[in-house]
Amino acid sequence: MPSIAKPVAVHPSLHRNALGLTIRDYEGSMSTLCAGCGHDSVTAAIVRACWEISLAPHMLAKLSGIGCSSKTPTYFVGGAHGFNSAHGRMAAIATGANAANRELTYIGISGDGDSLSIGLGHMCHAIRRNVKLLYIIENNGVYGLTKGQFSASADVGSKSKRGEPNRMAPIDPVMLGLSLGATFIARSFSGDKEQLIPILKAGLAHRGFALIDVISPCVTFNDHEGSTKSYLHTRNNMLKVNDTDFVPPAAEILANIGQNGAVSVAMHDGSVVRFKGVPKDYDPTDREKVYNYLQEHHGNGEVVTGLLYVDESVPDMHELNKTVPVALSKLPYEKLCPGSAALDQLQEDFR
Amino acid sequence: MQLASPGIDTAVRVNDFAIKLANVNGTGSASANGLLMQAIFRMGIPVSGKNLFPSNIQGLPTWYEIRVNKDGYTARALDYDLMVAMNSITYERDIKEVREGGFVLFDSSWPLDPHLHREDVTFLGVPFAEMCNQHFRDSRERILMKNIAYAGSLIAALDVDMQIVQQLLDEKFAKKKSLRESNLKALRLGHDYAKEHFDPLPFRLEKMNANDDKILIDGNTATGLGCVYAGATVAAWYPITPSTSVMDAFTDFCKQYRRDPQTGEMNCMIIQAEDELAAIGMVIGATWNGARAFTSTSGPGISLMNELLGLAYYAEIPAVVMDIQRVGPSTGMPTRTQQGDVFECAYASHGDTKHILLFPSNPAECFDFAVKSFDLAERFQTPVFMLSDLDIGMNDWVVPRLTWDDSYRPDRGRVLQLEEIEKISKYFRYSPEDENYVAARTLPGVHEKGAFFTRGSGHTKLGAYTEMPDEYQEVVDRLLKKHKAAAKFVPAPIIERRKGARFGVVTIGGCDPAVREALDILEQRGIPADYMRLRAFPFDESVDAFLNGHEFNFIVEQNRDAQVRSLLTLETSVPKDKLRSVLVYGGFPLSAKRAIDRILSQLEN
Repeated sequence: MPSIAKPVAVHPSLHRNALGLTIRDYEGSMSTLCAGCGHDSVTAAIVRACWEISLAPHMLAKLSGIGCSSKTPTYFVGGAHGFNSAHGRMAAIATGANAANRELTYIGISGDGDSLSIGLGHMCHAIRRNVKLLYIIENNGVYGLTKGQFSASADVGSKSKRGEPNRMAPIDPVMLGLSLGATFIARSFSGDKEQLIPILKAGLAHRGFALIDVISPCVTFNDHEGSTKSYLHTRNNMLKVNDTDFVPPAAEILANIGQNGAVSVAMHDGSVVRFKGVPKDYDPTDREKVYNYLQEHHGNGEVVTGLLYVDESVPDMHELNKTVPVALSKLPYEKLCPGSAALDQLQEDFR
Repeated sequence: MQLASPGIDTAVRVNDFAIKLANVNGTGSASANGLLMQAIFRMGIPVSGKNLFPSNIQGLPTWYEIRVNKDGYTARALDYDLMVAMNSITYERDIKEVREGGFVLFDSSWPLDPHLHREDVTFLGVPFAEMCNQHFRDSRERILMKNIAYAGSLIAALDVDMQIVQQLLDEKFAKKKSLRESNLKALRLGHDYAKEHFDPLPFRLEKMNANDDKILIDGNTATGLGCVYAGATVAAWYPITPSTSVMDAFTDFCKQYRRDPQTGEMNCMIIQAEDELAAIGMVIGATWNGARAFTSTSGPGISLMNELLGLAYYAEIPAVVMDIQRVGPSTGMPTRTQQGDVFECAYASHGDTKHILLFPSNPAECFDFAVKSFDLAERFQTPVFMLSDLDIGMNDWVVPRLTWDDSYRPDRGRVLQLEEIEKISKYFRYSPEDENYVAARTLPGVHEKGAFFTRGSGHTKLGAYTEMPDEYQEVVDRLLKKHKAAAKFVPAPIIERRKGARFGVVTIGGCDPAVREALDILEQRGIPADYMRLRAFPFDESVDAFLNGHEFNFIVEQNRDAQVRSLLTLETSVPKDKLRSVLVYGGFPLSAKRAIDRILSQLEN
């Protein structure tokens, strides 16, 4: 993808995180997406989230598939290795990358074409394996690079730019994730950074696969009247089921957990996620209740956002495999090769 | 039924015959046939066993062929001295296949249809079903033990060493005493009946010591073992016949060698992927991240992997693919063997691509080449295919003991370490290149300065996105040179010359034993020929020299379209008319007879 290098100028007044890095250190090259693209807001939120949790840039791996959303890994954390792979295959490639090195943090960026059509199977199976990966779907209901075809997330009745309505039922990644046993499910809106940033931080702290569906409008092909993925429609129909506070491990003691009836969930890495303003009939740790709540409100045409469901009790892919705690890629060869004596002994079985 | 009556030719052939066993799939015949084969192996006699099985779990016909040959010719034989006809559905064709003067062992619990009778073969009836019904109660056991009973009759008829057989049963059923007893009982039933009713056959076994330094192993087991020794830590795969046992073997060996006895922690991860697209994706993700990773598959899987193989080629990411070939196209015949993926692998993926291929000829080479595959993939930062096949992969072969050099260290290719990255001012993924046109990689998680963006889209020699013709061509031209440079690093062809040779015979992989036997027979008939077994692609200069050095060459291969011949015409300087095809591609392993027939018929023309 084309990209333009950004000039690096750091103003002395910029705040520094625990690693002594400013937010500029978490940027990438200049975006070449359309002006006003929702994806650029998601990129900005990722930059801020990574800076706030003081993630060492080289300890991050960014992976994507193909599409507008998949271009964005070049636009954040330039000090991290990036992999712009093939259409729909990011989840599989990220799974392999994670298998090789469990010490890194993984962010996967995809779109609704990538995740809900060509790569739907891979996403489902990465969920089943509970690969430790922050998996973001920048969801705009439309194929942008090929100029405006409906994607699988387009709602019934949503109109294309030419005015034709979509007739086929959408695939909703949130409902799908719930039914597949996903252990972290959120939906947010690219126009609501306040909500998105703590969700991203919580997702990065999650024990396994963190699925975040971000409604991220396409200003060129799907922001018109009649579209259910436009800025206006999303704003008007958004129902925030909760707001999230992310409390990193070191700050845990200072946080007033449980205050004002807030629900809080201890994350696997020692951080805490606090849910504020949670409706009485909602419990983000009860899959069935979440499912029923979403069904009901989707039926009303509402776009429910927030950190919708979280379960920290499920082991991730490596825990299930009982992998050694260090990166497999770092194991010295001497530990991996049984040697000639073992081969001689083994071959007695082949007699 | 008396045979070999006095006065008739009583010359007994020792350790030189072929038998075929016709069974019903899923009745337990495999263990009886395997037992016979292993017993003959332990008697020190050169032997081969070919399992010709259906794509079915239970009910369809299945065959097993055993060839014994004191001189070491163990390619598939087509002349059967003895047919063990245990499947009434296939009686007709099975009985037809016995050579003149041969024998048919059948279950005489039911009378044989008179129209099946042949004057020129001897029928040996044993009431296997009747005996087993009498001596075993359980209905499943009655079926299973019929197989062991015919093994018993063969042990008697062929002079298989009973002590060895008992020893094998002891080992096999060390933890299942009751099974050992019933197996022994069935074995004796068949054995004693044959001893009592039949005269010795005109061919039999006699102990040798040809197998002292040999093992009995299938190629898939050896491949899985090779991957352990290569230091592979990530494996991703989707089940597919005939490659599944590669990963089964790798999994078993990992449980044995890669699990910490104290903590139970694993030094590897094996992922059963959702499909082959994911399997190769996982491999690429893992190698991009610094692990040695591989997948095992067969032709249909390669078809699905094509897209990402192109990504790995163009973005220069190592990947090892164990392709256990079966009969295509489409689903084809999943349990039959072929060398039909040569072209598919050589040029896998869209656009201009060219890959490194290795052609092992037997399980021992599967082990060695599996290790070599990883070295080449990392040295050249590219996919490497090891093309085994069903015959090599799933049949037990007698091969020299595997050896391991403890001083071996993996060739990880050019990967910048932390100290090196710290020293350079700026890192570019695809520059500078070394003498083999390979640039240094960096791995995620080492240093910010080493960070780069891997992409399958057009890129410059510095790794930046481009849509400019010159910048694009510069990179793909280097990739072509890189592929050529690999010719010096891949296993060289095996070349054997004979005095007075007029032409060359070229082959790959599992055709080796049949072609060698054919060449010996041709020489005996006064037609000596030189031999070249290709072991890899890209081809080195010796391949050109061999082909050009003969008036003409026969290319023996197991596919319809002469894929190896095509590859030679495209990738060497040899004129097309110097290359003649010998193609045998029906799905069964090659026999010397077929190769000779095809060569002779073309020589006459």
